[in-house]
Amino acid sequence: MTQTDDIATENRRGFLKCMLWAGTGVVWTVAGGVPRSALIGGGAMAATPAGGDLTFVQISDSHIGFAKAPNTDTAATLKEAVDRVAEIKGNASLLIHTGDVSQLSRAAQFDTAEQIVKGAGMDTHYVPGEHDVLEDDGKSFFERFTKGAARGYYSFDQQGVHFIGLNNVQDLKSGGLGNLGQDQLEWLEKDLSGRSASQPIVVMAHIPLWTVYQDWGWGTDDGAKALSYLKRFGSVTVLNGHIHQVMQKVEGNVAFHTARSTAFPQAAPGSASGPGPIKDFPPDRLRTVLGVTKVSQIRGSAQLAIVDTPLGA
Amino acid sequence: MMRLRTMIVLAAVLGSPLLAGAAMSAAMDDPPGVNIDNFSFAPEALVIAPGTRVTWTNRDDIPHTVTDAAGKMAFRSAALDTGDAFSHVFDTPGTYHYFCSLHPKMQGTVVVR
Repeated sequence: MTQTDDIATENRRGFLKCMLWAGTGVVWTVAGGVPRSALIGGGAMAATPAGGDLTFVQISDSHIGFAKAPNTDTAATLKEAVDRVAEIKGNASLLIHTGDVSQLSRAAQFDTAEQIVKGAGMDTHYVPGEHDVLEDDGKSFFERFTKGAARGYYSFDQQGVHFIGLNNVQDLKSGGLGNLGQDQLEWLEKDLSGRSASQPIVVMAHIPLWTVYQDWGWGTDDGAKALSYLKRFGSVTVLNGHIHQVMQKVEGNVAFHTARSTAFPQAAPGSASGPGPIKDFPPDRLRTVLGVTKVSQIRGSAQLAIVDTPLGA
Repeated sequence: MMRLRTMIVLAAVLGSPLLAGAAMSAAMDDPPGVNIDNFSFAPEALVIAPGTRVTWTNRDDIPHTVTDAAGKMAFRSAALDTGDAFSHVFDTPGTYHYFCSLHPKMQGTVVVR
């Protein structure tokens, strides 16, 4: 237990440090069904396993079109993140973007993001953020970024891992949180039925499926229902964006992780008067306070060990 | 409105430019406005007379919407970017709950009576 306690302490310390950071991607590796992550640019990249394991990269919340403090050039920071992805991708087979590709769902913003992300030269999968479905009920986003999935949710298999992209950003109810809706829940239940419980599952959704902070709407009203369908699986990883900071939680066989934004940081839950961008964040530190996140399983325990370390002072 | 018009007329009759000026500026402020800032509507509750036009202005860095919380969607704005405004005339007495469809924790009320 000492080991676990040490790691927990380190997590807390690392977590506080990494709150100062914004702007890159996360590399995910699935080895033996257990996903591990490392922030791009970190020394932990050396932990990339030999061929055979599935590796993928996550970026999120590029907000192309946002041009205010603390980041007036979100295209540039997305480009930097993608350049790093291209540098370090190694044998990574996928890139995922967990939503808020754009600021205002404008075609030009989608174009810019799509062109930049293509620079990674990787098969890319997107899920919509609430900023991406502001026009025509999301149709223009789905046609461009989730081809074949008219409502933005879909699944596919990659090297034995089952990936599920969810849409929890539409038909939100007054006073509520993120929302999947009955149709999507039924689709999910069907998608999972008959699957072997030993198949690793990776779920992507923009708004956290677990309640990070209710007052700021950082959760999904019917997320628990979706998670109930996933309970029987031995390895489930839920990857979210939306909150522009790293958060993680492990519940049974389910590991939750939120990615940082490539655009701007948001405050820790309840630490500011609202969930908007941290406007007075020093611009020169947006790039210099990059961090590393390394996730690995403590042997004999269901817990994932996740350590975040900043790269710069 | 009646009271303001009376005041303006009164000011004209009295020939007091000062009073007329004050009345005019009150008249300019007359259309009730709701400011959207820091993920909230201010004022959160607005009481107006039937036939009044309400204008919401987004002062936040993040886009928001003004969406009727009732199923019938009597009013529903497009996404309002920073500086964008949306207006709706409330003709029928009643209590109208609305929210931001992007950030549904943001809620407000218009009471028409």
